[in-house]
Amino acid sequence: MGAGHGHRLHFHGHSPVHRAQPHHKLIALVGFMLVVVATPRDFYPVFAVYAAMVLVVIRLSTVPLGYLAKRLVIEVPFVVFAVLMPFVAHGPQVEVLGLNVSGPGLLAAWGLLVKGTLGVLASLTLAATTEPADVLLGLRRLRMPELIVQIMGFMIRYLDVVTDELRRMLIAMRSRGCDPRSPRHWPALARTLGALFIRSYERGERVHLAMISRGYATRSR
Amino acid sequence: MHVPDGFLDAPTSLATGAVAAAAMAVALRGARRELDDRTAPMAGLVATFVFAGQMMNFPVGAGTSGHLMGGALAVVLVGPYTAVLCISVVLIVQALLLADGGVTALGTNIMLMAVVAVGAAWLMFRLVQLVLPRKVSSVPVAAGVAAAASVPAAAAVFSVLYLIGGTAPIDASTLLAAMVSWHVVIGLGEAAITALVVASVVRARPDLVHGAQRVLAERPLLHLPQPGEVVR
Repeated sequence: MGAGHGHRLHFHGHSPVHRAQPHHKLIALVGFMLVVVATPRDFYPVFAVYAAMVLVVIRLSTVPLGYLAKRLVIEVPFVVFAVLMPFVAHGPQVEVLGLNVSGPGLLAAWGLLVKGTLGVLASLTLAATTEPADVLLGLRRLRMPELIVQIMGFMIRYLDVVTDELRRMLIAMRSRGCDPRSPRHWPALARTLGALFIRSYERGERVHLAMISRGYATRSR
Repeated sequence: MHVPDGFLDAPTSLATGAVAAAAMAVALRGARRELDDRTAPMAGLVATFVFAGQMMNFPVGAGTSGHLMGGALAVVLVGPYTAVLCISVVLIVQALLLADGGVTALGTNIMLMAVVAVGAAWLMFRLVQLVLPRKVSSVPVAAGVAAAASVPAAAAVFSVLYLIGGTAPIDASTLLAAMVSWHVVIGLGEAAITALVVASVVRARPDLVHGAQRVLAERPLLHLPQPGEVVR
């Protein structure tokens, strides 16, 4: 339990990007990505401009590019989908490196890859330069319903507590000789998850009682 | 796996965003009715549980593993409104703080995983409950069937969205068949895990399982004679 409660993606810094108002950053991210998604995928030079914009912001933020690049692995599953695209799409065939692939499919794969990668990089930049509490503040300023912001707040606050609880339960399981390797061990894992649900639910009840005892009342009353 | 940016075109993304916002508004109202001023801490902790549950790897064999989507599990454990709310919040946090799922695809992801998957699971759960005997032991079975239905349902709706606003020319029937058949297989894994988890919770704390409430309400109170009590 002694581990830091810092956010996994956050990169500490004092750059202009770190200091920018969180609601401005959220609007900029969503607006930028909507424009990227709406751009026809054969406007090749425009995507170079988008990439340059993202890279300039990353540069300004002083977050090392390698720090973000390592976290790009999150997009691997859909890279596989994009790579399959030229082979499953229909349309006129073109020859690339001795393989017959669909021309429109190839273009679609390019579109998926470039838009998806820009999206992940831009989102990573937000996550790396904005503390979770500031993201919540930004959402609140953007008029996200108060209760949703509160639920998100509880989730963020207890994320490390609950995932750590799960980690300890799995360590306890392994230290007693059960190392799950195949579907035969699913019942043991499922019981762990069931116990985690009961513990999380009861923790929620205790948190609620603690809040009431400190004078909590929902704002709408 | 979450839908990234650029998978669906901008109009479709905006339309699914509107659907997601409306669904969250309804869920918020329903959850407040069920949980009252416990909504924030309870939904928050359940969302955290769903997030942690999705992190848990279930080994499939040959070094690969899968993880739970969690829609059916959440709906059986906490009920439809709270489940929609919790899974939406998980998806928002994943998109904004972990870059998992595109920000423009957030509405699509909420619609697929929080609305369609949870809705399909709840419908199927209630249907199966009508057929099976009204016993606590039927709840995990119904939960499993609900989970098996929820995954292909989300995949089917994704395919339909892709045909409307997709960005690659893929044959409609091929896509639908491939998506649904592959997700039927994934759904079987989801079903097994969901049934096992619900079974373990129902055994220890049946009162916490929303899907077991009707069954529990019908269960007659047993009078257990105390030591020394005269049983007439």
